[in-house]
Amino acid sequence: MLTIHELHEKLVNGDVSAVELTKAFLAHKDTVEPKVQAFLSDNRDYALEAAAAVDAKIAAGEAISDLAGIPGAIKDNICIKGQKATCASKMLENFKSPYNATVIEKLMAADYVSLGKTNMDEFAMGSSTENSAFQLTHNPWNLDCVPGGSSGGSAAAVASGETVWALGSDTGGSVRQPASYCGVVGLKPTYGLISRYGLIAFASSLDQIGTFTNDVADCAIVLNAIAGHDAKDSTSIPQAEKDYKQALVNDVKGMKIGVPEEFFGEGLDADCRKALEDAIETYKKLGAEIVPVSMPHMKYGIAAYYIIAPAEASSNLARYDGVGFGMRVDGKDIVDMYIKTRTKGFGDEVKRRILLGTYVLSSGYYDAYYLRAMKVRTLIKQDYDEALKKCDVLLTPTAPDTAFKIGQNSDNPLAMYLGDVCTVTLNLAGLPGLSIPCGYKNGLPIGMQLIGKALDEATLLRVAYTFEQNRTDLRKPSPMGEVEL
Amino acid sequence: MKYESVIGLEVHVELKTKTKIFCGCSTEFGAEPNTHVCPVCLGLPGVLPVLNKEVLHYAVKAGLALHCDILPFSKFDRKNYYYPDLPKNFQTSQFDLPICKGGYIDIDVDGKQRRIHLTRIHMEEDAGKLVHSGGSIANSDSTSVDYNRTGVPLLEIVGEPELRSGAEARAYLEKLRSIMQYLGVSDCRLEEGSMRCDANISVRPVGSDKLGTKTEIKNINSFSAVQKGIEYEAVRQAQILDEGGTIQQATRGWDEAKGITILQRVKEGDSDYRYFPEPDLIPIEVSPEYIEQVRQELPEMPDARCQRFQDELGLSEYDANLLTLEKQTADYFEAVVKEGVDAKEAANWMLGEFAKKLNEENIDISASPVKPADLAGLLKLIAKGTISGKIAKKVLPEMWKSGKAADVVVKEQGLVQITDTGALEDMVKKVIAANPQSVADYKAGKKKAIGFLVGQIMKETKGRANPGVVNQLLTKNLQ
Repeated sequence: MLTIHELHEKLVNGDVSAVELTKAFLAHKDTVEPKVQAFLSDNRDYALEAAAAVDAKIAAGEAISDLAGIPGAIKDNICIKGQKATCASKMLENFKSPYNATVIEKLMAADYVSLGKTNMDEFAMGSSTENSAFQLTHNPWNLDCVPGGSSGGSAAAVASGETVWALGSDTGGSVRQPASYCGVVGLKPTYGLISRYGLIAFASSLDQIGTFTNDVADCAIVLNAIAGHDAKDSTSIPQAEKDYKQALVNDVKGMKIGVPEEFFGEGLDADCRKALEDAIETYKKLGAEIVPVSMPHMKYGIAAYYIIAPAEASSNLARYDGVGFGMRVDGKDIVDMYIKTRTKGFGDEVKRRILLGTYVLSSGYYDAYYLRAMKVRTLIKQDYDEALKKCDVLLTPTAPDTAFKIGQNSDNPLAMYLGDVCTVTLNLAGLPGLSIPCGYKNGLPIGMQLIGKALDEATLLRVAYTFEQNRTDLRKPSPMGEVEL
Repeated sequence: MKYESVIGLEVHVELKTKTKIFCGCSTEFGAEPNTHVCPVCLGLPGVLPVLNKEVLHYAVKAGLALHCDILPFSKFDRKNYYYPDLPKNFQTSQFDLPICKGGYIDIDVDGKQRRIHLTRIHMEEDAGKLVHSGGSIANSDSTSVDYNRTGVPLLEIVGEPELRSGAEARAYLEKLRSIMQYLGVSDCRLEEGSMRCDANISVRPVGSDKLGTKTEIKNINSFSAVQKGIEYEAVRQAQILDEGGTIQQATRGWDEAKGITILQRVKEGDSDYRYFPEPDLIPIEVSPEYIEQVRQELPEMPDARCQRFQDELGLSEYDANLLTLEKQTADYFEAVVKEGVDAKEAANWMLGEFAKKLNEENIDISASPVKPADLAGLLKLIAKGTISGKIAKKVLPEMWKSGKAADVVVKEQGLVQITDTGALEDMVKKVIAANPQSVADYKAGKKKAIGFLVGQIMKETKGRANPGVVNQLLTKNLQ
């Protein structure tokens, strides 16, 4: 398992050049990718160019950023100027963005290297990446299983060692759940910490860009590179810049870790429960205080989420009409063109959510569904506020179980939705959440979710880092083999 | 039966901020298609809106000038509908919490003053423009979209259905335009579409307080069309009711050429726009301090200016009204007066010869080649007696054409008035000698006969003789 911080040392010490590093990762990717299929595009020419620029900086004696020259990947719903941003949809199969997302501008300032853009559920709607219009991505730990979703490509890329880090997006768990399934560290920051400008919207009030890394220190490094206020995003929170590496402290003595009973109900797999109980035990031993908490409104989370997210999506995706950009299927008149374009351009799950969203916003149903869901959202937020008044962080499973078999839930959207039970409420509350491996079941990783106060990613990182440093037993080499340097 | 009309106007006013409401693109009118666009106003995947603070500023300004309540907490909502001029297929607008509520506009029609109340004012983005290859949809193989106008800020000003005639509706619109222009927030040019009006109209028997079924007239692009369209619709509806028919709730278009309204679309209930709060924008909070600050910026409004022109400059109410209706006209007038010209004289000229010239040339007062100082120069020549008012009427078009100052035109064309009694006395004597009949009439007591003799001298001098001096000399020589 290669990490950003170790590779950065090697680059700075001249043990390896950025170009050599990129080439080594490309070679590994070439052997692994046919099995995993994490990527929708290959960016090797740009990657080598960017790596050469980093080498030039090193040669000139210039300081380089922590992330400079370390191969990464970007989810295909984040816009990079001149590159395709397909959202794994036929609708945008040939759409090239004419502008950069703010996170890309920030990554460019950090001399990032990206090997390509990663597969996902179409328009980030899904929990298995099976809703991609283009390909199936396989879980590196068991190729018969899904990598999770919607950022399954990004999670699989990191877990298979194809890249050292990746960006994803998380609307209801789309970073944390695939991180859990693929055994990597996944962070969904506080809503508003990272600019959404250039992230193709699914549900605007819930979407947030997040990170995939092999360890917590790397998570802090990528977060440092992309966090911060952006005038182009009205929902971005103005705040002073932080160095999240400062949070990497191996100590939780006296900290209060809340365990909400509602997340440990009957739907939780027994092995997962055991792994989480072990994790709680670890924290106890390290001197943390375990606080049982109750959050009575969590049971309405899935219902509220699957009203609010589709409602916003139905409006956000209205622009894909064949008029200005993206796919167009000609029709006998404008309405016919709309219908034919959207019928052919969107997959089933996207259509399902557009229909749901249109329905819940319709006059006569608005009060009963949308408005009510918004009220539930407030109650959920209050539950979190109350719980986090008593605790520094909350500890829950990331998902009720480990990765499932490809095709297992394909015909059962409701079962798929219910799998998001542990993650969606955080998005409704806008809070940060981090998934970190806490065990294995039949060779598949189990994820633990840590939930923090708004804008308190630092505490989250500290609690996760301490766990990682004290549970070295959980570290495993990449299932797809390591890059040889 | 005798009916009364119930009319409510929904007016869209384009704000003349430098940039669009949610991005940095220019709002300039008339540019090459799709040159004032960016990913944000094109609604490309991934973009986000950021509210232009100046739009809020203008909206608060307009709200205060129209006596509205400014809401301390308002928000944007998405109005969802599909139309090819709307790149996102939703319009970012305001639904249940608009920036302004209430307010009123005072109007005056034939001396009758009325206060028309407003329901609300809200901010929203404009849509693009469809350009049909054949001029209309029916005649076209293709349609192109010009997105320059997409995202230009609009205020929608919704009035209560308190207007009772086409003339009142017109007065309301003219007053609204006047106020917007005074504030400097909009040009309100109906022809360019920077002011757009939809009229809702129904009729009911006089004395009834129940509302009849309404129709909506769209695409009215002049003040006279607003008045005529409403008058036509009132008559049409009354006729249908008199014949025992029922009014169909519908959208109707105004056909200027035929002078009639034409059925466009039958409405079956309200459209479902599936409004919901715009998640990409944060709610708008306006502090009392901010509102006070904007209130301090409000300029003198047309009603106050009209009163001042009467009180301080001694103008009639009628003249003061006409001069203050458009801010540019009032500014021009005050600039002329400031040059030291008598206000009444300036008013007469501005509402007479000068207005006529603007009309003939069909140009805006701001584009007049004759600037306030030039017009003042002309009026001063009259005051000094250098030229007569009649000559001045010939000088003005010359100034217009050549751009030269009044005294230059007068000098070049030898139009200086003849006041030299010596030169005129000879002429007077000649005229008396040549017209014995008129002289006899005059002496016989027909004092009017002197007019003919004055006319002869004016003819002789091509109008340059000072008519006062001529009159004096004639009277003296006829005794």
